[in-house]
Parts: sequence; structure tokens; C-alpha cells
Amino acid sequence: MQVDHSKNIIEIKDVCFSYRNEEVLKNITLDIHQGDYLGVVGPNGAGKTTLIKLMLGLLPLNCGSIKLFGQDIKDFRDWSKIGYVPQKATNFDVNFPVTVRQVVAMARYAKKGLFHFTNKDDEIIIEKSLKQVEMWEYKDRLIGDLSGGQQQRVFIARAIAGEPEIVFFDEPTSGVDKKTQDEFYTLVKELNEKSGLTIVLVSHDIERITAEAMHIACVDHTLVCHTSSQEFLEESESLNIFGHKIKNIYHHHN
Amino acid sequence: MFTNIFQYGFIIRGLEAGIIVAIIAPLIGIFLVLRRYSLIADTLSHVSLAGIAIGLLLGLNPVLTALGVTIIASLGIEKLRNSKRIYGESALALFLSGSLALAIVLLSLAHGFNTNLFNYLFGSILTVTINDIYIIATLAVILIITLLLFYKELIFVSFDEDVAKVSGLPTRLINTILILLSAITVSLSIPIVGVLLIAALIVIPVVTALQLRQSFLKTIIYSEVISLFSVIAGIFVSFYFNLSTGGTIVLIMLAIFLVIFSAKKLY
Repeated sequence: MQVDHSKNIIEIKDVCFSYRNEEVLKNITLDIHQGDYLGVVGPNGAGKTTLIKLMLGLLPLNCGSIKLFGQDIKDFRDWSKIGYVPQKATNFDVNFPVTVRQVVAMARYAKKGLFHFTNKDDEIIIEKSLKQVEMWEYKDRLIGDLSGGQQQRVFIARAIAGEPEIVFFDEPTSGVDKKTQDEFYTLVKELNEKSGLTIVLVSHDIERITAEAMHIACVDHTLVCHTSSQEFLEESESLNIFGHKIKNIYHHHN
Repeated sequence: MFTNIFQYGFIIRGLEAGIIVAIIAPLIGIFLVLRRYSLIADTLSHVSLAGIAIGLLLGLNPVLTALGVTIIASLGIEKLRNSKRIYGESALALFLSGSLALAIVLLSLAHGFNTNLFNYLFGSILTVTINDIYIIATLAVILIITLLLFYKELIFVSFDEDVAKVSGLPTRLINTILILLSAITVSLSIPIVGVLLIAALIVIPVVTALQLRQSFLKTIIYSEVISLFSVIAGIFVSFYFNLSTGGTIVLIMLAIFLVIFSAKKLY
């Protein structure tokens, strides 16, 4: 997948956010291009999840602006272009009585509008999404009866069943074993390279995300760096992200 | 024995009202329980008490005044919750104690507690009038149609509100609809099960059905079966043994819960 630098999917400009008088983010300026696979890294409590929530309109901006697909976030309505797998995706209520198929069908609900139920076309997309994550055979099982890794696949299927152009993942591999992590990253790479989806993935696993993503954005209450994974890897010694020994704010593209 | 019970008009009305309430309570209850909103039923029932007090004081139909007051309060709770200036459960506590205080003050103006109020507190098929049946039936139809129309949106918002919002669903509207439907359900259920036990009717059949670990639709069906059986059996048992209707219904529901819960633990 080639990154189209001429096409900004997300434009973040001078964004700041405070929670109860505590400044969480300040002066964040960042563009995310079509086809990119951006890893967002930073220490715990650095504001990574807050940044994602601001981009998704789940939190209000205190200052600055965010444009989604060229449109100001306040006026943006075409939410079907965005897929989201939240941090708590696998921490949901396991007693919630929904089947795997029903969970994935949720992605189609907003497209249907009020008062309409899913039809045959939706069923085809649901089947395709579940097959893509190799979970079709589990379609009639309750989501709470699956393993953490399987649940994660179902939530990815739900994100792609909405036929988005960009998918956000917030700490998707926390609490899952190494094998599940490997399968997850293979799947995300496929979505980026074969399906052409733009990916934004928040992770605390700096080593792994550097090996997977095309670009890295380091967040520690502000944007500390935004560079290619390769350059990030080469300069990570001097960057020393988690030790706060930051050299520069990088903004390079391949 | 069973022919005798149907000779009384108030029993027929009680059964009709009971069946309607037994159908609608789990329909709204499933969304409240899954969203950990069970306490809202309790709060709204206390708010309803203030509405009933207004009705008794002014000589109006208490079910209608309870409905009006509960709807206004439910919107207030939702607004306070959305403001994020106080915790959601604190908002419920404010409304619960505030409305109870208001009800007591209003009733002291009406020269203290009377038998009529006692019936509303603990539920009695004697309090159900033919007008109540018309009101309950009409609002139950509205409630079922609204739930059907917003069924899929309510499931999504209950399962994962953030993702539902990102996908473009009007989550605030869905939440407001849910709380309004809760207010209607609570107000309508009071004549049969009483202010103090309505939360049980909304919550227990759903919690019991959830133990069976079935799909969403099957969970609703099982909740309905448990609720209908408990209400009908409760009315019969309370009539023949001269017991409180609301209390008997709730005890039957709890017995079913205990049986299913224990059986699931054993097998």
C-alpha cells in the first residue's frame, strides 16, 4: 500500500485538551494521509487515547481544529468512513447476550438509518467481514463465550463491516498472548496493504509497532515526534521516548 | 375455585393490568440491566410517588400525574448525567431522596398517609380502575412500537456506546428515548406492583433470563415468560391467601431466580 501524501484523511491543527483543569494535550499538529499505517506511541497517561477520542469526536476540543476527510469535525456526518476498535473492546460485559453475527451487524445499523433492519446485502457484508477475520464458523456463538483473541477478531470484523476508509485501534494487544498478538498484527497489515485501509494504532509496545507501522507519532502530552518507522528506529536511542530524553520534533515522510 | 375469582371485576382488571405490566417491564428492563442502569427504575419509582401524591392532593388520576412527573424527572436525570458535573449515581440519589421528600411533604398537606397511598406503595389489584386499564394499554402499545422501531439502535448503544457514537448513531437521542420509556414503564406498573417493588419487576425477570445464556431475542422471550408467570401466579396466590399482590409477585420471581441460578451452578 502506497501512502498518498496529497490526500489528508485527518488534519489536526494546534489541538489542546484539558480534563478538570489538568492539561492532557497541547499544541498537537498532525496530518494522517490516505493509505498510511500510523503507530501512536508514548508513555502511560501521555494522552494517546485522548488524542484518538478527539479525532473520533468522542471528546470536545478545547482549542485548535480537526478535519476529517476535509470537513471540520463539528460538521462531519459521514461516520461510516471511520472504523473504531476501542481500548475496552475486549473488556465488555461478557454476560451481554449477543451472538458474534449480531455484534458485526451493529456496524451496519447506522447505515440503515432508524426503523430499518439489516437486509440481504448487509448479511453478505457481515459474512465477508467475519470470513476475513476467520470467525465465520463462530457466527452463532455468544460473544462472551469466546477467547480474548477471538473476541478481538470479531471487533475487527465489526469495524470493517461498516466499510470504512480508516480504522482506529486503541491498545488492541494489551492483555492478549504473543500468538494472538502476531495474528492480530498480520491481520492489520493485510487490511492496510490488501484492503487499502488507513490504520491508526495506539500501542505501548514500541518495539512491535515500530516493526509493523509505516510511520510513528510519539505523544507525551504534546507531539514529540512524527517520523517514518525506519527513522524512528534509527534514532530511537537518542529519542529515548519513555525516558523523556527527546531530541527533536520530527516530521519526515518517505 | 378458579371460577370464583373471575366473578370479581377488580380481579379481572388486576389481571389485565398485571399482564400488560408483565409484558412491558422486561422489555425495558433488559436494556436497563445490561447498561447497569437498574437503579434508575428504583429512582423513578420514588419520583412516581411524588407524582401520585400530587394526583391524590389535586383529585386527579394518580397514574397520569405520576407519569407526567416521572417523565420530567427522567429528562432532568439524563441532563444532569450528560453534564458530567456530578456522577451518574449521584444524580439518581439526588432525585430519589428529593422526590421522596416532596411526596412526604405533599402527603402531610393532605392530612397524612391514607389507605389509598398504602395501595400505591405496595401495589394492590384493588387500586386498578377501568380508566387505568385504558391508559396502561394505550401507553403500552406506544412503548412496544417505540422499542421495535429503535430495537437495533438500543442494542448497539447498550453494548458499546462509544463505538455506536463513532458509527454515527444519535446516542443522546437513543439514551433519552430509553429513559423516557423507563419513566412510562415505572409509572404504569405502580398500580399493580407498587412504588417500592416496581424495580424488582423490571430487573428480576431479566437477571433470571440472563442466567440461561441465550441470544438477545431468546433472553427477552424467557424474561417475558418468567414475568407473566410471576404476575399471574402472584395475583392468584395473593387473592386466595389474602397477601400483598406486589410482594407476592416479587417473591415468586425471586424463587424462580434462585431455582435457575442454583440449577445453572449445579450443571
